[in-house]
Amino acid sequence: MANINIKLKVWRQKDSQSKGQFEAYEVKQISTESSFLEMMDVLNEQLINDGNQPISFDHDCREGICGMCGLYINGRAHGPDLDVTTCQLHMRKFKDNDSITIEPWRAGGFPVIKDLMVDRSAFDKILQAGGFISVNTGGVPDANAIPISKDDAEEAMDAASCIGCGACVATCKNSSAMLFVSAKVSQLALLPQGRIEASRRAKNMLSAMDDLGFGNCTNTGACEVECPKGISVAHIARLNREFLVANLKD
Amino acid sequence: MTKLNSKIPKGALKDKWTNYKDHQNLVNPTNKRKIDIIVVGTGLAGASAAASLGELGFNVKNFCYQDSPRRAHSIAAQGGINAAKNYPNDGDSVYRLFYDTIKGGDYRAREGNVYRLAEVSNSIIDQGVAQGIPFAREYGGLLDNRSFGGAQVSRTFYARGQTGQQLLLGAYGALNRQISKGTVKMYTRTELMDIVIIEGKARGIVTRNLVTGKVESHFGHAVVLATGGYGNVFFLSTNAMGSNGSAAWKAYKKGAFFGNPCYVQIHPTCIPVHGEFQSKLTLMSESLRNDGRIWVPAKKEDAQAIREGKKRPEDLKDEERDFYLERRYPAFGNLVPRDVASRAAKERCDAGFGVETGQAVYLDFKDAIARLGKSVIEERYGNLFQMYEKITDENPYETPMKIYPAIHYTMGGTWVDYELMTSVPGLFSIGEANFSDHGANRLGASALMQGLADGYFVLPYTIQNYLSDQHSVKRMNEDLPEFKKSEEEINNLIDKLMGIKGNRSVDSLHKELGHIMWDYVGMARNEKGLKTAIEKIKELKVEFWKNLRIPGDKNGINLELEKAIRLADFIELGDLMARDALLREESCGGHFREEHQTPEGEALRNDDKFMHASVWEYKGENEEPEMHKETLDYEEIEVKARNYK
Ligand SMILES: Cc1cc2nc3c(=O)[nH]c(=O)nc-3n(C[C@H](O)[C@H](O)[C@H](O)COP(=O)(O)OP(=O)(O)OC[C@H]3O[C@@H](n4cnc5c(N)ncnc54)[C@H](O)[C@@H]3O)c2cc1C
Ligand code: SF4
Ligand code: FES
Repeated sequence: MANINIKLKVWRQKDSQSKGQFEAYEVKQISTESSFLEMMDVLNEQLINDGNQPISFDHDCREGICGMCGLYINGRAHGPDLDVTTCQLHMRKFKDNDSITIEPWRAGGFPVIKDLMVDRSAFDKILQAGGFISVNTGGVPDANAIPISKDDAEEAMDAASCIGCGACVATCKNSSAMLFVSAKVSQLALLPQGRIEASRRAKNMLSAMDDLGFGNCTNTGACEVECPKGISVAHIARLNREFLVANLKD
Repeated sequence: MTKLNSKIPKGALKDKWTNYKDHQNLVNPTNKRKIDIIVVGTGLAGASAAASLGELGFNVKNFCYQDSPRRAHSIAAQGGINAAKNYPNDGDSVYRLFYDTIKGGDYRAREGNVYRLAEVSNSIIDQGVAQGIPFAREYGGLLDNRSFGGAQVSRTFYARGQTGQQLLLGAYGALNRQISKGTVKMYTRTELMDIVIIEGKARGIVTRNLVTGKVESHFGHAVVLATGGYGNVFFLSTNAMGSNGSAAWKAYKKGAFFGNPCYVQIHPTCIPVHGEFQSKLTLMSESLRNDGRIWVPAKKEDAQAIREGKKRPEDLKDEERDFYLERRYPAFGNLVPRDVASRAAKERCDAGFGVETGQAVYLDFKDAIARLGKSVIEERYGNLFQMYEKITDENPYETPMKIYPAIHYTMGGTWVDYELMTSVPGLFSIGEANFSDHGANRLGASALMQGLADGYFVLPYTIQNYLSDQHSVKRMNEDLPEFKKSEEEINNLIDKLMGIKGNRSVDSLHKELGHIMWDYVGMARNEKGLKTAIEKIKELKVEFWKNLRIPGDKNGINLELEKAIRLADFIELGDLMARDALLREESCGGHFREEHQTPEGEALRNDDKFMHASVWEYKGENEEPEMHKETLDYEEIEVKARNYK
């Protein structure tokens, strides 16, 4: 265990209407065992004690599953470590006297609402357009009535691991939400229960994505690299196939 | 006793729920549209209830404090969900699941509620599969099961180490479908501030918009709380940072009784505490106890050498290790229930055998890896191992995990009757927020089961029995004096908090509360400590109201204000927990009173005096609350000492 000093440049913005700017801060003697957000807690405690405004950022589970946290750290969504969310990033990834720049997600679909917090409700709206299987509660068959191959179930699970954090959008130069959309379309298309609505679902979700101000996918693959859950761009290919089928039917 | 009517239906245990449904009142389809239902919470309980009520045709308003319903704390559940499917053919049944739950809860839950829970459990798995939840499967294509503590059968369904995530995303999908149809209106980043009662019935809520800061009212013919547990009283817990007890506390102050506040679950397998900067504790799923073996060094010298970095755990041979759960409880071994496993870890550490800071034991996969191969372990627990490595920088495939108990779940909560209605007519409580099914200790994989049972299959029925004569009640205007009065009280509360302008941050005060609770109302409790806790909490309350500092202003986003509002309630709730623990002079489940144990250190219940739920009634600010007893009658089960040996 060691303690390090770091210099921070943090995006501060009063509310969605205001123009923001960077502010500089220093945090001294922070344990490398602490998480990145715990470092932010220490900084906030310092700011409060000095009579200043603490920095607002979103977080909840602090274990990489709720998708609420998301900071753009030194030019990378969720920071320098691979396969982690911001809350899982640890200070041992940094060295003494490092400079760290922290920004919110920047994308047309995700307006900043304060400091490092953005509005990601567009993701909910995309899923409301069809990211589900149309069944009501009750009256469904026995869970073992339809066998599903282990491989399909595993692949569906890979896709279903998406936490809706938005790192893919923040990373994409077009601010496209294709990886996010494809994860849900692919999960449900792989399972017999979801197959039935697969192409309709793809079409509706993509059109919602377009309407909500996200860009088009130009296959740069940057999203896959920064996705904390390792969602593969292969799902985008499956989404495109479903979309083609939908258009052929029209 | 007149105050508490549990409304358990008559008849044989196995017929009660069927009889209830056969005879209850329903609301006809055209009238459903005229009825507004408020559901607060979008975890497993809230999302499943809101979606199901929307499907039935009610007009639902659903609230959560996060930016999306999908982020409710349920998302973090790892290990699995129980059901009595008996797919493995290992002797499971509805009765056995019921029995294990009552026994696991140390005979402090209601038979009627628990039997119903076991009865509807199978439908949850069917529903999940129909929604496209990718549960783990065997090569033949059928569903796989694993074992959890407190059971001798394999009845736990799972989706890797992300079962809560997948179940919640299933419910969230159903919710999204209703939102798109307009039957559910979703309010995100909105916090419940008060419950509004008009002519004796719950008729709405007052909320604070966390983005604009605006305090607003919402009418409902009925109000459902699905706001989760209050484990964050302890500051450090496995709960999400925003999990809070405020909704249940506001309900308590408005006349809803609080059941068994002292029943808290301490989970045996969490990553140990590292330092004061620590903000939360991370759970390592109980499922790991299927294949991991728990031990500490058998000799104190070895424990000390390991603590000082002179020895590594891998250096110790099997005979130099004390597999204390296997030694003490040969029948259940590493799969004893959580309360038993937690206390056993504390006992070893207090006796000087702990590793690392002295407050840690090992969870070792060496034998499982040798038996099954690394790839099988990776498939079963890969994401948990990765999570562990990211946090601790140690590779659990090579060196044993270090774990210690942590606050995890609250069995106590708002008192409800068989219909899940609180003591306030029209106010319901479901999921972890209520006190109903787990007695003094919850078995692993049973919270997900209970949340979804309540939300999909119980509340959508029982709430209709209440609402059947409510369609003639016209939607009320939110300008009514009852709403305005409550809004004014909340605005005053906010102004008061903002106006303190002291010199202590919310977190520093919350940490102080956490230390008091952990030291005196934690894993081992005694009369002196509990009385100390009550005193110290009283002092802390004074300090809070005198010395709190909230920067910024009340309009717009103010995260410190949000935390302060929750902490004000936690402080009062902590006091009630200590009082309840003090009165319960026995050890049962998660509640361990040091004065009441066997010579071997096992918990000693006192059924003659304490076979009841302790149900607390609020009597006003600075008044002593009153405790009512709901006697528990066991008709079906023979009450025994819990034995896992
Ligand atoms: C790390 C972890 C792992 C777990 N693993 C398992 C497991 O494997 N199996 C198992 O059975 N159980 C497990 N549990 C327990 C289980 O996850 C919870 O008990 C359960 O998910 C609670 O669900 P709920 O719907 O009652 O509440 P929650 O999921 O906590 O949801 C609460 C909801 O209420 C809202 N809310 C709260 N307060 C307010 C307020 N004041 N105003 C407005 N909205 C509010 C929140 O926004 C949220 O939507 C685990 C728990 C943890 C912490
Ligand atoms: S696809 Fe990956 S990066 Fe995008 S929202 Fe999902 S988890 Fe986040
Ligand atoms: S806070 Fe939940 S994923 Fe980071």
